Amino acid sequence: MSAILPARAEGLTVRRRGRTLVGPVDLDISAEGLTILMGPNGAGKTTLLRALHGLERLAAGRVLWGMPLRAARAAQAFVFQTPVLLRRSVIDNIAYPLRLQGVGRAEARARAAEWAGRVGLAQALERPAEVLSGGERQKMALARALIRSPQILFLDEPTANLDGRSMREIEAILREARAAGTRIFMATHNIGQARRLASEVVFLYRGRVHEAATAEAFFDAPATPEAAAFIRGDIVE
Amino acid sequence: MWEIWQGIIAAARLLVTLDADLVEITLRSLQVTLTAVAIGSAIALPLGAWLAVQRFRWRRAVIATLNALMGLPPVVVGLVVYLLLSRSGPFGALGLIFTPTAMIIAQVIIVVPLIASIAHQAIRELWSDYHDLLLSLGASKRQRIATLIWDARRALLTAGLAGFGRAIGEVGAIMIVGGNIDHATRVLTTAIALETSKGDFALALGLGFVLIGLALLVNYAIHALSRTEREGRW
Repeated sequence: MSAILPARAEGLTVRRRGRTLVGPVDLDISAEGLTILMGPNGAGKTTLLRALHGLERLAAGRVLWGMPLRAARAAQAFVFQTPVLLRRSVIDNIAYPLRLQGVGRAEARARAAEWAGRVGLAQALERPAEVLSGGERQKMALARALIRSPQILFLDEPTANLDGRSMREIEAILREARAAGTRIFMATHNIGQARRLASEVVFLYRGRVHEAATAEAFFDAPATPEAAAFIRGDIVE
Repeated sequence: MWEIWQGIIAAARLLVTLDADLVEITLRSLQVTLTAVAIGSAIALPLGAWLAVQRFRWRRAVIATLNALMGLPPVVVGLVVYLLLSRSGPFGALGLIFTPTAMIIAQVIIVVPLIASIAHQAIRELWSDYHDLLLSLGASKRQRIATLIWDARRALLTAGLAGFGRAIGEVGAIMIVGGNIDHATRVLTTAIALETSKGDFALALGLGFVLIGLALLVNYAIHALSRTEREGRW
């Protein structure tokens, strides 16, 4: 398997209606680790994640993956802040990415059942996705994202609005994925979560990378006053 | 009022005795309309989905046209199909005029805009839900359309039923291209028109009640089969 990482974003810029939402952003994504993307509301976290994943039209700049773009897209997965529920059963939701790749129904469902078990949804296989609770929905979305064994997984505040237990379960799944070799790039608002998970932190402020450092360096000695204020819990605008 | 009672009695008599002619034209009505709706859906559902998924320059104009064509006058459709299929027309050599096939062609043209338009409405909403995920997963255009049609199937059933409703009660087009020929192209609606003009109101009404009953029956059957309106189902 050729590697999609390390990757590099160069001059990444997203504009909408003449307003620059993100950029220009230069960013290196190393081959390993778990990067937490932090920053105040409106800093452009979601837009940056989407732009890296290829869901946004870039006004300027590019993302260079370790392989041609087409193959690189297939080696990525994305978990949205609000999980997208296909109007299908849980098992068919999780199996769907495999079905798109042409895996047969029986095999795709078997692998989906296995993944459902790993994220703790073994009891809910045949339930419609809509009846799941918020935490279960996000776990289903995680299984759906991980079933293709992506080399890099983007997550956009996956535990926003979830209670402590769901958050702990989701963090456990992420740790497991990371141990299995999946590069993780995740936005979060929760500083405690960032401390628990991050190996690297990218602090986004007003659409630009304000600070990028290892987690230890970032939390112990933030280099910018905005990041320091953000970690203290002050309001940063 | 008297005619209506007589109509009910005539309908009851036709049904109880399983009148051979009635059975024949009822079956032909069903055959023509169900075939037209099946073919129409096969065209209209992917078309509706494609219009939701695809962005192109004239998209708005096409959708507006499709909506306008929902009210396409059947008589005009019949006339045009008649001109195309008549012996001296461009497709005259096929010998389709005054056959059930000609009636099916006319009805397909009538139901496609209706089914496609309703399908487009339903699928457009689903697409806005699914858009990011399907793009993220790299679904091809064909896969997107297939996914949307499958997951919107209950709403699309409604589109199909609307098409069925329009086709089963339609008389103008099939009268012109079918010719209302006894034992060949006579269906319930054309028979009603004929009996009415002959002055046999009781029989006409009887046929009318059979037609309404048929439409209800098909709708109930579809709803029962698809288990719509049940809790916890889409």
